This record gives sequence, C-alpha cells and structure tokens, in this order.
Amino acid sequence: MSGSDDEPRGATQVGIAGAGLGYEERLLFERSAPGRCGYSLPDLDVPEVDPRALLPADAIRSDIPGLPELSEVEVVRHFTRLSTWNAAVDLAPYPLGSCTMKYNPKLNEKIARLPGFSAAHPLQPDAVSQGLLELFHRLERQLAEISGMDRVTLQPAAGAQGELTGIMMIRAYHERKGEKRRKVMVPDSAHGTNPASAALNGYDVVAIPSGEDGILHPEAVEAAMTEEVAALMVTNPNTLGLFEEHITRIAEIVHSRGGLVYGDGANLNALLGVARPGDMGIDVMHFNLHKTFSTPHGGGGPGAGPVGVKEVLAPYLPIPVVRELAGGAGFELSADVPDTIGRLHGNLGNVGVLVRAFTYILSLGADGLRRCAEMAVLNANYLLARLRDTYHVPCDRPVMHECVLSDRSLRDSGVTTLDIAKRLIDYGFHPPTIYFPLIVHGALMIEPTESESPEELERLVESLLAIDREARENPELVRGAPHRTRHSRLDETRAARNPVLRWQPDPDSG
Amino acid sequence: MIEANPLRYIPHTDDDVRRMLEVIGCPRTEDLFASIPEKLRLQGPVALPAGASEQDVAAELERLAAANANARSHEWFLGGGTYAHFVPSAVDALVSRAEFYSAYTPYQPEISQGTLQAIFEWQTMMCGLTALDVSNASMYDGASATAEAALMAMRITRRSKVAVSASLHPHYRQVLDTYLAGLRAEIVTIPRGEDGRSQPVGGFVDGETAAVILQQPNFLGVVEDLSGAAEAAHADGALLITSVTEALSLALLRPPGDAGADIACGEAQSFGVPMAFGGPHLGFLATRSKLVRQLPGRLVGETVDTRGKRGFVLTLSTREQHIRRERATSNICTNEGLCLLMATIYLALLGRVGLRKLAEMNLAKAQYAKAKIQETPGLELPLSAPTFNEFAVRLGAPAGEALARARRAGIIGGLDLGAHAPELGSALLICTTELNPKESIDRLIGILAGGGS
Repeated sequence: MSGSDDEPRGATQVGIAGAGLGYEERLLFERSAPGRCGYSLPDLDVPEVDPRALLPADAIRSDIPGLPELSEVEVVRHFTRLSTWNAAVDLAPYPLGSCTMKYNPKLNEKIARLPGFSAAHPLQPDAVSQGLLELFHRLERQLAEISGMDRVTLQPAAGAQGELTGIMMIRAYHERKGEKRRKVMVPDSAHGTNPASAALNGYDVVAIPSGEDGILHPEAVEAAMTEEVAALMVTNPNTLGLFEEHITRIAEIVHSRGGLVYGDGANLNALLGVARPGDMGIDVMHFNLHKTFSTPHGGGGPGAGPVGVKEVLAPYLPIPVVRELAGGAGFELSADVPDTIGRLHGNLGNVGVLVRAFTYILSLGADGLRRCAEMAVLNANYLLARLRDTYHVPCDRPVMHECVLSDRSLRDSGVTTLDIAKRLIDYGFHPPTIYFPLIVHGALMIEPTESESPEELERLVESLLAIDREARENPELVRGAPHRTRHSRLDETRAARNPVLRWQPDPDSG
Repeated sequence: MIEANPLRYIPHTDDDVRRMLEVIGCPRTEDLFASIPEKLRLQGPVALPAGASEQDVAAELERLAAANANARSHEWFLGGGTYAHFVPSAVDALVSRAEFYSAYTPYQPEISQGTLQAIFEWQTMMCGLTALDVSNASMYDGASATAEAALMAMRITRRSKVAVSASLHPHYRQVLDTYLAGLRAEIVTIPRGEDGRSQPVGGFVDGETAAVILQQPNFLGVVEDLSGAAEAAHADGALLITSVTEALSLALLRPPGDAGADIACGEAQSFGVPMAFGGPHLGFLATRSKLVRQLPGRLVGETVDTRGKRGFVLTLSTREQHIRRERATSNICTNEGLCLLMATIYLALLGRVGLRKLAEMNLAKAQYAKAKIQETPGLELPLSAPTFNEFAVRLGAPAGEALARARRAGIIGGLDLGAHAPELGSALLICTTELNPKESIDRLIGILAGGGS
C-alpha cells in the first residue's frame, strides 16, 4: 500500500486501518452442510416421546428450514471473522457524538457473568435474591445522589424507554390533578427519540427553536408555554455540546404555568460531580447507563435507561419498586404503589447492565466521576481549539463534552460531511455522528469522552487537518473514501428501494 | 496519585492536563465549566464513597452475587417467561470479543459489517422459525415486543380495540396496559377455558378490533389452537398476533406464520441468553412483507458497494425516530444487539437438527414429569390440554409451603400460581428442560407430594 494515492497522510501510522489478515466469509446458510451440528445433547434419561402422540397433528411443524447446519469450529471461525470487520472502542477512538463511546472496563464484564447475577431468575423469591435487591437499592441511591433527584426506577431498558416512562408519569401527574394537557415542547436540537416518545404516549409535539447562539432562550419557551402544555423535554448539555445557561429561568416559566420539565440524560457525562439536573428545575430525567456509566453498547444494545424523579412524581413510579425493610431485615420487591403508571418491562429491567454500572460507580467513586466529566470536557475543548481555524464551527463558544463542526468551509471543494466521515475511516477512526443535530447543516458531532489520551486526540486532529488539505487538493480522493476497508461505500438507496431482508436459497441451485 | 483509582480508566496525567489547558487558553480545569451558572455548580463532591481498587470492588460484588439463588446453585424448575437452558461455551466466548460488544449501532456500514451480517443472519433464522417474511433486529423484551405489536396492528387497521387472551403472561399484559394507557385504546380479555386453552376468540372480536393476541404456548404452558383464532380474527378484519415466552417451542410447534398469524413476537431469551434476573433479554418481532412499513425497530438489508461486492446496511430507516421524529413507528433506538448476537450464535450451533432434538428432549422431560405426577397421590394435573415444557400442577397443600420445602432441599420448585390462576386452587407452574435430570424431577415430585424436609 505504501506510496499509493489513497495513503492517508499527515498522521502517524499507528492504528491506521490496513489490509491485514482480511478474511472473506459467506453467510451461515451458504456454509451449511446437512448432518453437521455444533452442539451435543446429554443422553435422554426419560422415555422418548413421539410429539405426534402428544400434540394435535396440525400443532406440530415438520422442519425448520431457516436454520443452518454447522460444526462448532465453523461457527467459531464464522463469527470470529465477522468480528474483525467491526470498528470498536477497544480498537480505536469511536468519537460518535451523543453516544458517549467511553472505554468499557473488563472488570464489569467479569462481574456481570458471576452466576449469582447471570443465572438468577426474576421470579425467584425475594428471600433468596437479597444480593441483587441490595444492589438495586444502592444503585438507585447512587443515581439519585449524582443527579439530585429524589427517587429512581431502574426498570426502563434503554434511554428511549426511560423517556416514555417519564412522559407517562407526567401524564399521570396531570390527570391526577384533573388536567387534560395535550402538548409536549421539544427543542429543535433534540434527539429524535424525544418527539417520538411524546407522540407514542399520545401527545402533540411543539418544536421550540434554539437561539442563534445554539441554546434555548426563555422568550421562546415563554411564547409556546400554555396551560395546554404538559412538559418541556430538554437535553442539557444540549446536542451542540452547549450548557443550557437559562435552564433555571426556563424551568420557572414551565412550572409557573403548571408544566413539568423532563431532562434527557444522554449528555450527563459532562456534569458528573460538577452539577446536578435536580438542582436546575428538572422534575424527571433518564440516565443512559450505556453512555455515562460505561456499560458496553453491544453493537446496538442492550442499554439501560433508569429514570429519576422529584418527590412530586414518586407516586407514579413503575412497579415493582425495591423497598428496604425496617430493622435491617433486607429488601423486598413491592407492587404497592397505588398511582403507578404500571409496568414497562416484562421483568425488572436490564439487570446485567445495572450490575456493570454499579460496579463502575463503586470503582470511580465521587472523585473519579468528577474526573470523568473534567477530562471529557477538556478533551472536547481541546479538539475544538485545534480544529476551529480549519473547520467551520456553527456556534463557536466553549463547549462541554462534545463539539459540533460543519462542512461549510469545504463547500467549494464539493466535499461534504459524509465524505469527511468516510475518509476518517481510512485514518483508523470511527466517524463522528453526522448530520445531527438537524439545526446545523452538514453537522459533524464529535464526542471524544475522557477515555482518549492527548496522543489519540492529536492523531484525530492531524487526520482531520489532513482531510481538509486533501479536500482542497484532491477532492475525488475524499469523495471516494473509504479506500482501505473491506467494502467501499455501500449503496443504501438500493437497499431501501428493493429491500432484501433475509437470505433465501438460490432457486437455480435446486 | 497511585491510589487515585479512577485513573486506571483515564489516561491524562497532570502534565497532559496542563498542556491541553494551554492550547485551549483556559487557566484551570474548573474554568472549563464557566458556562454553567455559578449557583448551579456543586461546591463539594457528591455524597458517594471514594473510588476503590479493582480487587476491592470485585470482592464487594462477589459478596452480593453470593447472596442470590441461581440455576447453578439450585436445581431449577422455575420458568414462567424466563428459562434455564444450557448455553454452549462458544456463545459467551464469541460475544466476549470486544469487536462486537464495544461497537455501537452499525451506522457506518463499511466498518460494521460484522454486526450487520450477524443481524441479517438473525433476521433470516427468525423468518424460518416463525414462517414469516420479515424480522426486525430486536426489541427490548417479549413484553414490549408484544405491546409494540399491538400498536403496529392499531396503525395498520386504524382501529383501537385489542382482544387479549387471559393466558398472556401477566407481566406482558401489564406492559400492554401501560403502553396503551395514553392512547384511548380498549382492551378486551378472552377468558381461559377449562382445559387451559383460550375460549374461542370469535365471540370477542368485532369490526372495531385491531388485533387478537394469543400466547403460544400460553402462560400456563398450554398449546393454543392458532388456526381457529386466525380465522376468527381475519373474518372481522383484525390481525392475529402470537406472542411466545419460550422460544424453544418454535422448533416443535407449527410456526405462527403457517397458522395464520400476521405478527409473531415475544421473547428469545431461551436461545443462549442468560436469565440474569430478568434482563437483558431479547424481544423479537416478525411479520409479513406487506406490513413492513409499519414494523418498529431496526432492519438490516442486503446491498452492494461501489465495486459490486455484497454487503449489508441498516435500511427502511424512514420508519424510525431519528428520521421521522414524532411520526416514527416507535421511539426505539438502542435495542438488544448483543443478546441478538448470542441467539444467532446459539441457533447456528444447534442448527436445524439440534434445535429440534432439544425441543423434543424438553417435551419428553415434561411428559415424564406429568405422567409421574398423575400417578402420585395428592398431586394432579388440573388442565387437560397439551403442553410443551411447562405445565400446571395442583397440590394437596399450600403452594408456598411446598416451595419452601423444596428450597430447603436445594430446589427452586416452580411458580406459585395463586395470584395468576386462582381458579386452579393451590397450584404451581413447573418447567422442565434439558437441565433437569430424571432423579431431580423425581425428587421434586416427592417433595411436592408431601415428602422431604
């Protein structure tokens, strides 16, 4: 590869995506051979049965055509090869804005696999679940202390389900007061889950415009706030990485007309140990344990989205709740919450994720959590300082945990945000979040997290500066990126226009 | 600084910080937070203990873990929506690869082909297991998948009534009630017949009904008549939704698509996902091609790159919240990706033959237990309809006492049905899988019949 046209320039060679041991690998079904199996059953120690003798003939299937037949070694090679085609936090920086792709400590993985956690059953008696119930209770108290909220439910399985839970509690609160409010205010910079969660619970969504400076202004909220509005959903710091400086005043406006304020905790990493949503007028918020509290993102989950509330919403918490019994007698699960909104999860929530987050909080402690926020904010401001002379910065002011750039300075070259993102792959980085927030044209949203060393950040900076030079000198090189991956750019339009959503045997091969 | 434990996860030295602050032009770390109004900034640390060393944290967590009964410490007969099955070692070995678990949603397909291809393989296998055309890339769990299936049917039919079997898992029913509470929907309950099956659904469906929801096998383990339900639902223009909590049954029972279901949903924890005190588990949702535009959740589709090489991408995302916002089919974003990977590996290992044999072994164990119970004085089988690996047992003594006796003998003996099916009297829901040897089944039955300590 050395010396070829598409060789990334300007950065050190460490970690650059290369050809390496690149294996091809077909689909499981294309590898399948009749008679193979990667599993061995124990001997049957009870009489064999004929399903047809026990079940009605029309209740039984004859075959499972969708499943392959493979030995264990073939399955292991298959998935090991697949794994090598993924970018991952353990390989290189993954500065995906708003996703907080921080390092996932190995201890957390080991702890979550202890049989006392991983092989426990959600319906086993409380008396033989005391370790887990104690963990739940302590994690609830930790999250309440970190956020300044009064009570916490651990049940929601992800941030979006946390939002839904919070909005349902807000609905229950208003209905209890005999009020029928139909609207929820959402800033135009919000994550798509905010309006979707409000709509999923039957609310009309009112978009609130951000100011020129990228933050919400009390006037805009005041203008939209009526007795019809149940709540304002706000993300702080917001998706431009800016602290909502007027949050206290905005919360007062919403409260003065009987509304409540929902806090989207996606960006809580910036505030750990520094400031607390509960001190800012937030009535209810969710935590993304897979962002702020280091649990792995898993290629798309599982996450966990606990919800914290002020006392005013405590009567509506989902069931069951964990209660500490008097006199040190341990803990119990209780469904005795008379005004509960009900149940959100089939069991108790994503417990394996809760165990990891609890382990992380114990590891870091008060000082360590604050250190996370400090270094995350330091890293984001460092990137901004090093890139602001080269890339357009739509709201150029000190940021919190992430910064947003755009492709505007490269308009004449024809190179867009998508091209920059794809070229960054050639330099060995997962691209930032792109085209979000929607209020910035061609946004590149970069969240380094505290996990990245100054050396890694400098490598990211050098790579982005090199891409800017390439865009001016050789734009086609950038527009054709990535060049060094197994696949060149994939045709997403074709996938959507003519959806192929499953493998099917080739009809010609009989 | 050696004892400042959190530094093990954060690389920055004091020197690094000083140099970076200089580049930024900010005098002190605290000043980075100047945009937060002074009165909102904490003046001291939050009230949590200091950080701890790795070995101290591990010791504390091991203490908490040791205080919980689990399927490795006890003989296990408790199911009811979460099932103890053997998981081949290769599953955890492969999902422990950080290239899988420390990645995120595959937004950048050129560097996410591992995750994308695995999801495509999952979608294919679930289509085969359900005999439907399209499966999504997971929901949170079986309960929310069932609620989302109901919402999907309401959008498709533009109707707001849902008829739900009384034998739907009680927690699934609660979640359904919660999800539908803000939406002016009506939920009608289809009662249970004496043999354990739902009563014929025809009497509970009309021109306002969006969907009929049946669980297969139902909460009491009984195999329902799906074809009859499909006919009755379709006659009034409603959809049939089947929900499953024990996904292994899909390897043995007539697949929902063949039986006339329009949407199949439920919980796939049985496919290699740890019980983990209830989560994370693996919701799934599958349907017919013509309904795909109303399907919530992520979908992976096949395409080619600019050189014509096959690859996979997230697709049909105009259904989703990050594009469609308040008009999306759902608010779901993060789902259960890594659990999906566990299940995909599990299904690949067991395969077409292994999964069927395992299902037949589960059936045989339950059949042995049922036959033994039938000949044991003081115990009876209150429901006559056929079952898979789970069934109800009526006891001569209070269920709680029998379970406590079993626990003293190191057995988690099943679920007390008192709160869920009081009409059965003192009864337990018992589940047998490949993990229950014959001697263990015999011992449980002896204890339930009044023996043991």
